[in-house]
Amino acid sequence: MNILGKRYLFFGLSLIIIIPGLIILFTGGLPLSIDFTGGSLLEVSFTGASPEPAEIIALYEGENIKDVQVQTSETGSYIIRSEFLDNDVRDVVLTSMTENIGEPTVVRFDSVGPSIGEQVTSRGAQAIGLAAVLVVLFIAWSFRGVQNAFRYGISAILAMLHDVAIIFSVTAFGGLLFGWEIDSLFLTALLTVIGFSMQDSIVVFDRIRENANIYRRLEYETLVNHSIIQTLQRSINTQLMTVEFLLLALAMFGGVTLQEFAVVLLVGLMSGTYSSIFVAAPILVVWENKEWKTWFRRGEATT
Amino acid sequence: MDGEEYHMIRNVYTRLIFILVILGLGLWVDLNDSLVIYNPFNDTRILDRDVTTRLGLDLRGGLQVLLEADLPEDVAVDSDSMETARTIMENRTNALGVSENVLQIAGERRIVGEFPGLDNTDEVLGTIQQTGLLEFVDTGDISMPPEATIQTDFATGGEAEAPVTEGGGDVPTVYHTVMTGKDLRQVAVTQDQLGQYVVQFELTPEGADIFAAHTAANVGKYLTIVLDKQVVSSPVINSAIPDGSGIIQGNFTPETANALAVQLRYGSLPVPLKVVETRIIGPTLGEDSLNRSLIAGLVGLTIVILFMGIYYRLPGITADISIMLFAVILLAVFKLIGVTLTLPGIAGIMLSTGSALDANILVFERLKEELRSGKTLKQSFDQAWSRAWPSIRDSNIAALITAGILYWFGSTFGATIVKGFSLTLALGIGISLFSSLYITRTLLALALDWFKPTNHERWFGI
Repeated sequence: MNILGKRYLFFGLSLIIIIPGLIILFTGGLPLSIDFTGGSLLEVSFTGASPEPAEIIALYEGENIKDVQVQTSETGSYIIRSEFLDNDVRDVVLTSMTENIGEPTVVRFDSVGPSIGEQVTSRGAQAIGLAAVLVVLFIAWSFRGVQNAFRYGISAILAMLHDVAIIFSVTAFGGLLFGWEIDSLFLTALLTVIGFSMQDSIVVFDRIRENANIYRRLEYETLVNHSIIQTLQRSINTQLMTVEFLLLALAMFGGVTLQEFAVVLLVGLMSGTYSSIFVAAPILVVWENKEWKTWFRRGEATT
Repeated sequence: MDGEEYHMIRNVYTRLIFILVILGLGLWVDLNDSLVIYNPFNDTRILDRDVTTRLGLDLRGGLQVLLEADLPEDVAVDSDSMETARTIMENRTNALGVSENVLQIAGERRIVGEFPGLDNTDEVLGTIQQTGLLEFVDTGDISMPPEATIQTDFATGGEAEAPVTEGGGDVPTVYHTVMTGKDLRQVAVTQDQLGQYVVQFELTPEGADIFAAHTAANVGKYLTIVLDKQVVSSPVINSAIPDGSGIIQGNFTPETANALAVQLRYGSLPVPLKVVETRIIGPTLGEDSLNRSLIAGLVGLTIVILFMGIYYRLPGITADISIMLFAVILLAVFKLIGVTLTLPGIAGIMLSTGSALDANILVFERLKEELRSGKTLKQSFDQAWSRAWPSIRDSNIAALITAGILYWFGSTFGATIVKGFSLTLALGIGISLFSSLYITRTLLALALDWFKPTNHERWFGI
């Protein structure tokens, strides 16, 4: 089986998924939740009353609260997003609801100050960046016995970025179609995918490392291809176990908040396995052959 | 046949006993809410430890607040003040009868407070937000109405300054603060002759001196008691009070009197704090999330166990047992350390369960490969573990590095979601290594010793 021979086909396949999503993101902006932008989310249910969303918006605006959006959930509760509310204003809103609509039951209330959201985003990005650098260094150290050890670290990180891009792309579609948001649960899903993506790439690389010492005369491309085939069964089975079974269960039986989380994880972890085989390892070969030199030549030839 | 060749690994029964001991201890912790061992000779308790499973707010409902020092960005907040503020708030909320509350310092200028299973969030929020600055203010001939807001000359941290009184026109009057709550020694709630609830206090010797001097010089004037710049009561000084004790009257109910006493007893905060983030999760949402993730976990695990058994046959079944042991040990470790389980925490557990499975799959794939290449069972068994080890080691170290960085990020930033995830992930990875490298290996060695399989197709699914 020659997987590496079709490497540009696989790169293209990934781009087909990534690019449209990123276009949505850059044109429509990230569907960030209040965890990152700051603001308030109040989810309430009313016993014996089902007001129109407009009534709730009017009630909020009566208290001079800006940026009000109301969504109804499938359980019949109301999810109300607005600018940051402190606890006094929340009490005022709840009292006003009791007077004008009916006794509200607070299902959930999140209120995040604008500066906090901003700091969490930037520090979170820094933390992920730092983790990535340390992992590159670790992989480079661990692969010090083989030639160009650094490439393995970089390729693993590139594959990880590929998975992150896939997740963002899928979330962009989800945001467009189902109103998904990037919240702190999404952050957790992202972290999980990053962890798994590294693991998958390292397993494939480990086999290349082992084979490199056994078949010293083999051409690099053949060596990598052989290593991929050898680890393929493991990749598929681990994928089935952890992703399909555990997560499908979560997606099917989990609540509304968990479903988005489970779907994002499902896609992300599949992408993690896919990228270890079809992105990380091929990048090693592209790098070894310095193929970018021919990219432009090919370009010139066709034009 | 000599023993060495006969057994797949040496000391296999010692290893088995060790695993059974761990399993026994794990089950003991898992199935009890508290661990108690009595000394058989004198019936005293040698060990008494609470190991109830702690559920996070997202799984049981409750209130989470993030407080930040209300000072300009460039003003440094020293860690001692933050620690004092944290302790004071902990005492205050404990005194309200809220159980299992957790207050933790996050980074340099933030405190995270978590109050699970709470009914009345307003009471807790109110208590937290009050700075609790009590002042005895000289309001001269004026009796102040309760709940009026007044200005005093007491600056936080500074000493009481000379009185600046009777500003004319629209400028609000600034009254002189005679003394503050830091001079209080003891506070109690009692009832006076009329059956009204009052707060009784006793002053420190220094406080008593100031109080005696002031009351002697100002008989007939009003001494207003002010909490956080709001008037509590405004009594008239009937006579000099030399012994440093007195009562605060107000229209108190037992609850409000108690709340004030709590405020006074635990003093004022050394750092002003403001609420920057509030999260309230209703109990039904929490319960729903918990039930759904439990069902999902059970369904997922059942399918995984079936798949492993069917696909990998004998090794698969040993892996199934070791995955179940992994779950038993993991839960026990969580309960012992006191890890709070949250939804992200469950994601961390899933990822480490995946890791544990992956390690087993790596080994079994290798085992099949070695068997196919015609090696003996013993050779293949040894090679499977030794060859799979580098990839298991490296991938888990990479995951641990990530978990470490994220834990650091989560704890300095009060991002409890990230912290919960990274902690369960790191613990899970540690235990998953023990499960796949030690437990599976021992159980498989034992099984191979017992069954001495010769038909590889039937036993290993090759």
